[in-house]
Amino acid sequence: MKIESRGLDFFYGTAQALHGVTLGVKTREIFALIGPSGCGKSTFLRCINRMNDTLDGTSVRGMLTLDDADIYAPNVDVVKLRRRVGMVFQKPNPFPKSIFDNVAYGLRLGMKLPRTELEGRVERALRGAALWDEAKDRLSASAMMLSGGQQQRLCIARAIAVEPEVLLMDEPTSALDPIATARLEELMQSLRAAYTIVIVTHNLQQAARVSDTTAFFLHGRVVEVAPTDTLFTRPRVKETEEYITGRFG
Amino acid sequence: MEAAEQVSVPRDMGGGASRRLRERLIEAALALAAGSSVFVLLGIFGVLLVNGVQAFGTGDGVSLANLSADERAMLSEAELAELGRHTEHAPSVGADFLFSSHWNPTSSVTAAYGVLGMVVSTLIVTLLAIAIAAPVGVGVAAWLAYVAPPRAREILKPILEMLAAIPSVVVGFIGIVFVGPLIARVFGLGNGLNALNGAVLLAVMALPTIISISEDAIRAVPKDYVQASLALGADRWQTLVRVVLPAGASGILAAVMLGMGRAIGETMTVLMATGNAVAMPGSIFDSVRTLTATIAIELGEVPQGSRHYHLLFAVGLVLFVMTFVVNLVSDMVLRRGAPRPS
Ligand SMILES: Nc1ncnc2c1ncn2[C@@H]1O[C@H](COP(=O)(O)OP(=O)(O)O)[C@@H](O)[C@H]1O
Ligand SMILES: [Mg+2]
Repeated sequence: MKIESRGLDFFYGTAQALHGVTLGVKTREIFALIGPSGCGKSTFLRCINRMNDTLDGTSVRGMLTLDDADIYAPNVDVVKLRRRVGMVFQKPNPFPKSIFDNVAYGLRLGMKLPRTELEGRVERALRGAALWDEAKDRLSASAMMLSGGQQQRLCIARAIAVEPEVLLMDEPTSALDPIATARLEELMQSLRAAYTIVIVTHNLQQAARVSDTTAFFLHGRVVEVAPTDTLFTRPRVKETEEYITGRFG
Repeated sequence: MEAAEQVSVPRDMGGGASRRLRERLIEAALALAAGSSVFVLLGIFGVLLVNGVQAFGTGDGVSLANLSADERAMLSEAELAELGRHTEHAPSVGADFLFSSHWNPTSSVTAAYGVLGMVVSTLIVTLLAIAIAAPVGVGVAAWLAYVAPPRAREILKPILEMLAAIPSVVVGFIGIVFVGPLIARVFGLGNGLNALNGAVLLAVMALPTIISISEDAIRAVPKDYVQASLALGADRWQTLVRVVLPAGASGILAAVMLGMGRAIGETMTVLMATGNAVAMPGSIFDSVRTLTATIAIELGEVPQGSRHYHLLFAVGLVLFVMTFVVNLVSDMVLRRGAPRPS
């Protein structure tokens, strides 16, 4: 298992948002988290790269591992963890910098790469995010000039430029139109060859289309985890069936 | 075109005419307000220009010949004699005004009218003040917006803003009795009333504005950027320096400009704290006198209409042009640095 969660509890202050979450994400699969708003999908995702650490008063209990190493062990370097586990947010959030500087941002943080190497890596990341053809002639233009779909692909390029192992995506297409969404789903299929992807989505068709495994969350608990086609065709639990047939949520 | 407009008229049902009239009136009022500020600005420039240019060339200024009988009657014998001599010995004012640092407008024998020393003094004091106030102010603002616990901010921000309420005379007084002697002691100088002293005090007076406005600018940077940066493995310091400050740069620059604009206007402090020496400064430890201080000191004593009087307007004109250039340049920097809108 690439990522394994066993009995994970999470608290915002005293409010418990996750209750004993247990699931496993295999290497190079696309793992989808579905469930109604407020059920804890984002909270779980943000545990994996410890983004919840940036909020005051949060605490974790239980076990969460990456390659069998405890993510919350006291000796873990959060900076190194976040380089191994990249994240793409719901709303495209490129920096108000040039396209090039956006992609190069992570590469410039820890090390000083020679210019040619930096350019090569930026190009590779843009190609990987299927943005190279549209961006190659205006790398020094502001990222704010790109369309929403292009901005989201830029954010993916920015995340994969540092060559992480895992990509976390929190509703990455919810701010995009259907065409941009289709392009991004296509991109996810090509990224699966190199990355383990955990995606939160509100869109059940999307989960069904892109993912290998799906977990259904409800009220901070995992109700059911199963291969995606099984979960959508023969759910074992009544709540799962009610949710995927649209009876609540 | 016309047909289309006519077709649209009937759709303004009821009250259309009075609404249009009201909009016209509002537009006119706004145009008047905008226009009046331009008029005031042009008016000030005009007064400075008309009075200032009269200082140049020879033979104009006050002489016995161009005083009216009434004006002559108001002057004493001694003043008349002084005026006569003054006009006779006054050299012509030309390029020396800008390129000489010799300023001695009241002397009857060796009158000299060069403002270069004051221009340089003004630049030294102002730039030094910015060099002190900008990093300190932006640093404090970043700390308040980004690091400090909310409680500390709630207490500190009002206190900092109260700094702005200290009258400039009081700051000048503190400069004379405390900061000046401290500078003299630290740098081993005989006299602490110098350019550095003035700059430190101006910086202190600019700080509340710089801190308050740049804190708002830093706070207005979307949290999304911070999240994205942290998720890429940046620490908080890298995030601040590489993302937050650049994203807030236009607001921060505006804060520095406003802070300095306010401080530069504080003539009284500079006048009291800088030692009042009209000469070309050799270093930041020399006593200086700025353009504003010169006007403030000399304008009260000068006979109206005299060459010296007109010279002080010319000094004001120089100050006006300097301020204008600074504003223009910072505006251009802001325009170029701002991210283009999406
Ligand atoms: N920063 C926060 N502080 C306190 N409570 C939060 C915070 N973020 C989320 N929550 C709460 O945690 C629960 C799970 O939220 P979230 O993980 O965002 O749900 P989802 O992503 O599934 O919509 C919700 O009840 C939400 O109100
Ligand atoms: Mg969410």
